[in-house]
Amino acid sequence: MNGVPPQPPLLEVRGLAMHFPVSEGVLFSRRIGAVKAVDGVDFSIERGETLGLVGESGCGKTTTGRCILRLEKPTAGEVLFDGRDIGRMEREELTALRRRMQVIFQDPYSSLNPRMKVGDIIAEPIKVHSVQPNARRRRERVRELLAVCGLDPKFADRYPHEMSGGQRQRVGIARALALDPEFIVCDEAVSALDVSIQAQVVNLLEDLRGRFGLTYLFIAHDLSVVRHLCQRVAVMYLGRIVEMAASDELFDNPLHPYTQALLSAVPVPDPRIEARREFRPPKGEVPSPINPPSGCVFHPRCPIAVESCQDRRPALRELRPGHWVACSEVSCHPEPQARDLSMNAKDPSLRSG
Amino acid sequence: MPPLLEVKALHTEFRTGAGLVRAVDGVSYTVEHGETVAIVGESGSGKSVGALSILRLIPDPPGRITSGEILFEGRDLRGLSEADMRAMRGRDIGMVFQEPMTSLNPVLTIGRQITETLERHQGADRGAAEKRALELLSMVGISDPRRRLRQYPHQLSGGMRQRVMIAVALACNPRLIIADEPTTALDVTIQAQILELLKSLTRRLNVAQIIITHNLGVVARYASRVNVMYAGRIVEAGTADAIYHDPRHPYTVALLRSVPRLDQPRRARLDPVDGQPPDLTRLDAGCAFRARCRFAVERCARDRPTLERAGESGHLAACFRAAELLVGQGAPA
Repeated sequence: MNGVPPQPPLLEVRGLAMHFPVSEGVLFSRRIGAVKAVDGVDFSIERGETLGLVGESGCGKTTTGRCILRLEKPTAGEVLFDGRDIGRMEREELTALRRRMQVIFQDPYSSLNPRMKVGDIIAEPIKVHSVQPNARRRRERVRELLAVCGLDPKFADRYPHEMSGGQRQRVGIARALALDPEFIVCDEAVSALDVSIQAQVVNLLEDLRGRFGLTYLFIAHDLSVVRHLCQRVAVMYLGRIVEMAASDELFDNPLHPYTQALLSAVPVPDPRIEARREFRPPKGEVPSPINPPSGCVFHPRCPIAVESCQDRRPALRELRPGHWVACSEVSCHPEPQARDLSMNAKDPSLRSG
Repeated sequence: MPPLLEVKALHTEFRTGAGLVRAVDGVSYTVEHGETVAIVGESGSGKSVGALSILRLIPDPPGRITSGEILFEGRDLRGLSEADMRAMRGRDIGMVFQEPMTSLNPVLTIGRQITETLERHQGADRGAAEKRALELLSMVGISDPRRRLRQYPHQLSGGMRQRVMIAVALACNPRLIIADEPTTALDVTIQAQILELLKSLTRRLNVAQIIITHNLGVVARYASRVNVMYAGRIVEAGTADAIYHDPRHPYTVALLRSVPRLDQPRRARLDPVDGQPPDLTRLDAGCAFRARCRFAVERCARDRPTLERAGESGHLAACFRAAELLVGQGAPA
């Protein structure tokens, strides 16, 4: 960390929690519990930075993104955008804020209205927010946005089904850019794309960040894409951040046993390396967020858990500069591990839960 | 001994509103006893249709196998009666699909899904079938199998359901398992568990496997031989080592270059495959990849290259310039 930043981070999340009620019965339904989708999450994103949020399904990464966009009202905690708490904003202020933060979804098939022409899809936010009342200027803007996203401006007259998956995702990106936002939540934005197209869209997102000074929250489960695109990465497990560090630091020197398990589970596209790797995937599955384990939520699957892990919920500790780990057992390695992935393979495999 | 499976010049077509789609356009390959062959490709490459064609599971209409042979242990499956084919599926050839929730019957217990297969294909009685079902569930790593037998698919997690699918696929001691994107819907740690399970079981039981996937890491880890498909054809085929370390088709080269890798230093930019996937209703006489190819020459528009020996190990690539393509040395002159 390089001292005190001159201005507040663009986004700050403090103690964020989102507990969805679980009810029983139809007529006299009563609350019998809660899904703790997000359970006390803190992080911040600096201007121009890309923060990756990774984890397996149900870890709460998407819900975190939705709370930031105020698509969900969190049950606890604060989301500060540019220093202002969005939970305390009046309706008008919130509407104005929505121009500054946008979202790109995973599935370009279901997030684009099939009955609307591409041009109208992109122009819609401009219309809704009354940014450009002049229809001709709006059309010009749409053509410009299409070009920025690497699409021929004549696509404005087509329908989404006439386009390939990669082209549709570019339309989704153009729509997100329509209001000149500062911050974009990319929720699995490249996950549904074919391998050959994924790299095109990753490069586009990077270009746009540089060109328009964008800040991204990049939510994804693909660790290699996250490493490529993000400056910092937070790893979530069962509603909590278990590790957070600069991207290179996290991938070169993962400290939390869950992050290590996650990394060792990713096969590398090289048969010679894979043949050398002693590969033991973690055992057991992610427990239910309705009734998460006590103490450290990872303890039932953890290879280094001790008895006290059942009682105490570990807080994030800064074990190396800028490298935060929520584990009471792990200590800072005196020397960073080598990058060779075969090293990771020597980690003991995780016990069954 | 003939290969376990020999696919010869297979053609499968679909009639669509937009025109005729040659989803599988002259595909030939073999699978030996006990080996794992990967079919790699992107959406629309024909990798799944090719596998479903082997099982004769192409919905007709709109689809149809128009020509070619599918020799399983020397017998052409295309010549079998529907009844014989049904007897073969699940008994000699097991199947594992991407989404176990849709391939398991939601109103049958886990136990029943397995015993039904055993009773139908092996004429097992109820007691013997249940005993074997218990055995199979513990073999695929399901804890407390006695309780699981009485449960329904929706009571199991995605990973557990996929384990059940594998148990069903292995129930009748098949010689071949076709796994179509078996882990695509699963999280990365569960994906690793399922693939390791498939690998150890197929090895132990000497079952051959066709893994259909788009994941280049999965292929590198699990396949001994690889067929790369593009627009309905195999464009490169060889050992995994040859495909990854001496690729000779520009599509394979581009695909391998485009993925970010955890084992290599971070690159400033990714090197994507240019352009869009081809429109299968509008293929011409030339190479289907040429519009996206950095090495295309005039001839590529006229003729479509066939699979020829290429590279140091003499594997197969369908490119006129295969001999010039050397990875790491950039573009050919």
